[in-house]
Formats: sequence, structure tokens, C-alpha cells
Amino acid sequence: MERKVELKVVNLKKYFPVQKSFLERLLSGKIEYVQAVNRISFEVRRGEVFGLVGESGCGKTTTGRLITRLIEPTEGKIIFKGEDVTFIQGERLREFRKYVQIIFQNPYASLNPRMRIGEATAHPLEIHGIATGERKKKMVFEMLEKVGLEPAKKFYDLYPFELSGGQRQRVAIARAMILNPELVVADEPISMIDVSLRAKILELMLMLKEERNLTYVFITHDLAVAKYISDWIGIMYLGEIVEIGRKEQIFSTPYHPYTKALLSAIPVPDPKREKKDIKLKGEVPSSINPPSGCRFHPRCSFAKDKCSNLKPSLKMVDKDHYVACHLY
Amino acid sequence: MKYSISRFIVSNIIKNIFPRKGTEYFVLVGFILVLLIILMAIFAPFIAPYDPIKKVGEILERPSGKFLLGTDGLGRDVLSRIIFGARTAVLVTFLAVSISLSFGVLLGLLSGYTGGKFDTVFSLVMDAMYSFPGLILAIVLAAMLGPGILNTAMAIAVIYTPTYFRMVRGLVLSLKESLFVEAARAIGAKDRTIVFKYIFPNVISSIPIVLSLNAADAVLTLAALSFLGLGLPAPTPDWGFDLRAGHAYLASRIWWPSTFPGLMIVILTLGFSLLGEGLNEILNPELRR
Repeated sequence: MERKVELKVVNLKKYFPVQKSFLERLLSGKIEYVQAVNRISFEVRRGEVFGLVGESGCGKTTTGRLITRLIEPTEGKIIFKGEDVTFIQGERLREFRKYVQIIFQNPYASLNPRMRIGEATAHPLEIHGIATGERKKKMVFEMLEKVGLEPAKKFYDLYPFELSGGQRQRVAIARAMILNPELVVADEPISMIDVSLRAKILELMLMLKEERNLTYVFITHDLAVAKYISDWIGIMYLGEIVEIGRKEQIFSTPYHPYTKALLSAIPVPDPKREKKDIKLKGEVPSSINPPSGCRFHPRCSFAKDKCSNLKPSLKMVDKDHYVACHLY
Repeated sequence: MKYSISRFIVSNIIKNIFPRKGTEYFVLVGFILVLLIILMAIFAPFIAPYDPIKKVGEILERPSGKFLLGTDGLGRDVLSRIIFGARTAVLVTFLAVSISLSFGVLLGLLSGYTGGKFDTVFSLVMDAMYSFPGLILAIVLAAMLGPGILNTAMAIAVIYTPTYFRMVRGLVLSLKESLFVEAARAIGAKDRTIVFKYIFPNVISSIPIVLSLNAADAVLTLAALSFLGLGLPAPTPDWGFDLRAGHAYLASRIWWPSTFPGLMIVILTLGFSLLGEGLNEILNPELRR
């Protein structure tokens, strides 16, 4: 059964101008840009989890902030439930925020230190005028209990500094979920949480997803996490999507050399298994002056002449499975 | 029952009032000094033995049983004048600090959050004001506005507005980039809500320190203005003015009409300074070496 497309991103691009001093601007007239996200496209269907995987600095967080309209895209389109939301403003943008929420990576910074937990969780309801007084309080209690902050009465009056990282992230989840959104962007929600608590947070997110038929864009650098939670996976490298497909396809038959290298880096708990690591050469290049052609070519062991001149576009290699590489 | 109440008082009140650390004594002493002078100002008519603006004895009488601190050049009781002088000092300082605080904080929030041209213009104006030597600016303004409590307070307030503005603006600039402000935008909060519910509460804690240090400074500035005759109109009891009036007699060894008002200025300034410095050390522990 084909599910409805919830979110569609078309040729999305975000360039940040590089801040320069007055003198530097005087000496070289041209403005340089950090090409954080460069023409990426993907679709997310209702009730599915799209895992966006890549190294730090590859533009995954920028993509998340673009989708939630926290920053303005340079070019491209964001289509949510068939409606173009790329440049909506004012009331329409506020309305959009009811449906699209975000959970941030750092729970130590995403909560206002001067706002009690109850207040922080209730604030979205106040902003959108959904509930007031006793009804609001009841909804907050229910939400806090749902995310595992029990007894809710106790947590309601606490300040963020009195909570652990995991508890704070639960508050952030409660705050995002209380509006009953349809699409939630989760930007590395577990990377700053104690390893022992990560599974719990993931389970909570999956439980909420099942219960509310939510759609997630799950951003992570950890392929094992992506494998656990995602239905679809997009692999990002230097601001571009290099491979995209169903989870099973990516894990069983990866095509792109970068995907293969990432997969080989996942530790396998079997001492007898022969290791055939694919080691990448060098460092991730700067996204101010990215390599010409395929952005991965300087680190790729299969690079041909063509790779340094011509940028590969996403090609279908199998049903639902796309890869941007000249080898195929 | 009686026992438990006294124990309650000892354990909860006395121990809280008499802290153990050195810097906390600073705050305590400063607080007591300021509080005493404020009480003095409030209850002046009940404490003062004479009317401060009437001739009640011979001119320049030595301190005695009748006039504890002597009389001044016009035969007025010095003690009554410094007691009523506390009213002037406290009132003008309070007004000056409130005016500069409200304008400085509000403009700082607005300017820092809005950014752009608006911010550039306001910052330039405030920096220009800040770069003037404070007292000279106050003298010019006081001379332009003329004498009077509100006018003097405004002249003084102008000097301190940039202090609040710069502090608040700096904090806002960093806070508005913080993740929790972005999170507030993500849940759809309007700019006004973000400024007053997310940014302002995180700025407030830095205000008391600046406030008490500015108050100390304002007391001195007021004294200087009155000393120069730019403060309040003549018969009003005013420490700076009395200091000026009394200093002419110092050469004839008549020290009391000028010394006591001067001492009061020192005490109030010291009180505010100790309070400010102490608060600073307590609230910003990282400054402690």
C-alpha cells in the first residue's frame, strides 16, 4: 500500500555567506558562501521514518532547520501535505508550526533555564490558544506522564537545571508533541544523552509514532540508530544526498562508495568475522570550496577522471533506491 | 512551645542573617547602611529634633546637648538637616536609578533583539553618551533643565542609561542566538513573547549588581551637582549643598556644618558600593579568585 506523501523537498539549497572583516572585504570583492545544503530532494511518507545520516558538518542539521522553517532556504521548495510552505510568513507560518515540530540535539540548551517544566510544556498550548486554565494543566500532566516524567505533579514545578539530560530531552519531546503535530524533525535527539538511556528515548519516540501515526525526519550520524528507527535512509555527504533508499536496501546492497565505507565502520559483535574495512582517505573537505564534480571524489578509491569534472545526479538503481555516483 | 519558637528564630532567621563568608558580610553591612538611611528618610519628621529650614538657634553653634551636631551659618540644626537631607538623596537616587534602569533595559532589549539599522543607531547614540565624562554631562543637563527633584534625577539618569543599555544589549545578542530561543520560535512564539518570556528573565539576574553600583555613583553625582549649586532649590536640605555652604567656615575651624553632611554622603555611597560588590561576588562566583 502506497502511503500519502507528507513532506516533499525539491532541490533545497542553503548557502550561508561567510562573515568577513571589513579589511578582507576591501581586499577581495567577492562574497564566499558555505554551501551547507546543496540541491537535495527527498520525500517522506505519512507514518514513516526518514533517517538522514551523515558526518558532522554535512548539512543534516541545516536541513532539519530548513524543513521546520527556522531558517530561510536560498533556493528550492518545501512541500508539506501538497502545500508549498517554502516562503510562508506570519499567521500561515504559525499555523504550519502546529503541524511541524522539532526536537533538538542538545537538551541542556533547548529549554529556557528560567521556565518551569510545566510552563515550558504548556507554552505551545498558550501560544496557539488551544487550551487554558484547568484543561491546559490537565493536558500538560497527561503529556508529561506520557513521556515518562512521573509523577507529573512533581516535575511540573521543577526547573530544567534540576533534571538530568534524559529527563530534559523528555520535556523537549513533550513540548513538541503537545500540539499533536504530524511531522516531527528529530535532530540527533539521543546523541547527547547517556548511552544507557538512549534506547528508552528511542522507544518513547517509536511509541508516540505508532500511537499518533506520526512522521519523523530522524537526523543522526549513527547508522545503527538509523537502522533501528528508520524506514527510509538518506545518506548525506558535504551538503548533498549521495544515496537514498529503503532501510533494507541501504544495509543489504549499498551502492555508493561512501555508504559502503560508513557501513563497514559499524562494529560487528563477532570476533571471528573477517574485517574488511573500507578506510576513507583524508578529511572532509571544506564546504566553502567543495571539490568539483562529485564532491566525494578526492576521498573515493574508485574515482575516475569523469568524477572530478561532472557532478553525478541521483539515478535509480532499483525500485525506491537511488544513488548519485558515476560507477552505476 | 516557647522553646520551639525561639529555636525556630535562631535556626532560620539569625543564621540566615549572619552568614559566615567574608563577602557576605559586605552585602550585609552595605544592606544595613542603605536600609538605615532609607528608614531615616522615611521617618525624618519623627526623628529630626527641629525644623530643618527654620532658624532655631544662634548661628554656627558648637555641637552641644541642645544641638547634637551644632548649627549652620543660618542658625539651622545640622542634625535635622542631614536627617531631612536623606530624603533628598534617597528620592533623587531612586528616581535617577529607576529612570535609567527602565530606559536602558527596555532600549537594550529592543535594540539587541531587533538588530540592523535600528540597533546601529541606538548603539552609536548610547556609546556617544557613555564616552562623555559623566559628571560633565550631568552638569550640562542640570544647567539646561534647571533645579528641581525630577530635573536633577533626569540629569543623573542620562549618565547611567548607557550602562544598562550596553549590558542588556550584550546579553540579548548572545541569548537571541541560543537554542531555547530557536525552540521558542519553533513552537510559534511571537517576538514579543520571546523577548519577555525567554530573553528578559535571563537578563534580570545581572541587573541588581549594576543597579547598586550605579546608585552609589548617583549619590556622588547628586552631591557634586548640589555642591555646584545645580541641584535642588535653596532651602531644601541637601547634603551636597550643605557641604558647600559649610566649607567656607572650615578655615575658621568651624568643621561641623560641612563634615556631617560629607560623612552622610560617604556612608550612603559606601553602603551601595558594598552591596553591589558583595552581590557581584556572590552572583558571579567565577570572578572569585
